Amino acid sequence: MKYIDEYRDAEAAKRYFIAITELITKPWTIMEICGGQTHSIVKFGIDEMLPPEITLVHGPGCPVCVTPVELINKAIEIASKPDVIFCSFGDMLRVPGTDKDLLSIKASGGDVRIVYSPMDALSLARKYPDKEVVFFAVGFETTAPANAMAVFQAKEQAIKNFSILVSHVLVPPAMEALLSSPHNLVQGFLAAGHVCTVMGLEEYFPIAKKYNVPIVVTGFEPLDILQGIYMCIKQLEEGRTDVENQYTRSVRQEGNRPAQELIKKVFKVVNRKWRGVGEISRSGLGLQDYFIEYDAERKFNVSNIVGEESPECIAGLILQGLKKPHECSAFGTKCTPEKPLGAPMVSTEGACAAYYRYRKI
Amino acid sequence: MCLAIPGKIMSISGNEPFQKIGKVNFGGIIKEVNLVYVPEAKVDDYVIVHVGFAISTLDESEANRVFEYLKEMDELGELDQGDAEN
Repeated sequence: MKYIDEYRDAEAAKRYFIAITELITKPWTIMEICGGQTHSIVKFGIDEMLPPEITLVHGPGCPVCVTPVELINKAIEIASKPDVIFCSFGDMLRVPGTDKDLLSIKASGGDVRIVYSPMDALSLARKYPDKEVVFFAVGFETTAPANAMAVFQAKEQAIKNFSILVSHVLVPPAMEALLSSPHNLVQGFLAAGHVCTVMGLEEYFPIAKKYNVPIVVTGFEPLDILQGIYMCIKQLEEGRTDVENQYTRSVRQEGNRPAQELIKKVFKVVNRKWRGVGEISRSGLGLQDYFIEYDAERKFNVSNIVGEESPECIAGLILQGLKKPHECSAFGTKCTPEKPLGAPMVSTEGACAAYYRYRKI
Repeated sequence: MCLAIPGKIMSISGNEPFQKIGKVNFGGIIKEVNLVYVPEAKVDDYVIVHVGFAISTLDESEANRVFEYLKEMDELGELDQGDAEN
């Protein structure tokens, strides 16, 4: 496919590997934020080809992975109700709640449906006016414009039988939480290209400055990632801590303004809990008061539901880049994509699933 | 989850606000895509699509940047071995 295949060119990749090897003089630890980047890195074996001085740690940018157990439990409670059509991206169905997952609700007769877009869920609400249609709105900034549009149109068209269970998270507060941790190992970031396509670069300048870290906004294909790594290492070697943009074919400095406007209209910044990490202040989105009737947590009165994570799952350490998936005692034995203990083994973007799928460990 | 794929706009329909819909070709598979967030996009442009919404128009003048960067490194002599291989 055009604009994908050319960025997988082996010859150019080799030249980037050589350039990186020639550039580097000491050990550096870089985090790729986005699970899509992790997937590419592990799938194409980029980390295994890089010089040993570079350690890549895998970041928290997998929305399925960071959604806390209590939200899964809330989703399960809502999906179990009669007259509810519960819609979700496919990845969420096998994420374990405390006792079960959404797939088991579907298996026992619940109307749980996989959709491609929140707009598909809104169409179902139009089609089945006697049902309550709920969309599990997980995602980072990239997905927020789509979810915002579904809610905005529901309000405009006075569709009352639609709501969203919001689990929206934001990248910059998670980066700050990682950087302020005394355990932090990360010296440079590959920021998430599609999050920045929506939000632009502005939010990253203060982070680079405050924590003295280079941040390179990076795409998802192997050559994008290699160029991003090269640019990040170059900054580290030269002692610079700038925000740079590798993914210029998609990311504009100001981001996507119309998308940002609708996000602001529909959502407000709220505190959010992250799986294995805990609550991070102002790290997520919730519905604005004007749209509160579309909040499934309120509509179905599930705010009080809580949930504990599996004590064996080290998802929190994985998501903070403090452990690698194969360092978990349950990896590949008690925890597999078929029978996961934690979300990073479920999602195609989860670090554990990527290691399980592409690494012979 | 933040997976987004480039596709080429074949046609655009709908003039209502929020109803700008395009038929977008992803390597032979054609899907309807909401173009409301890319008001500048026109037929034959490539857009980057996430969960049914175009989130940016691909800047074709920047598309070769990753290769130009290698060339610039060559010229600056930062890629001696790379030169030898060409």
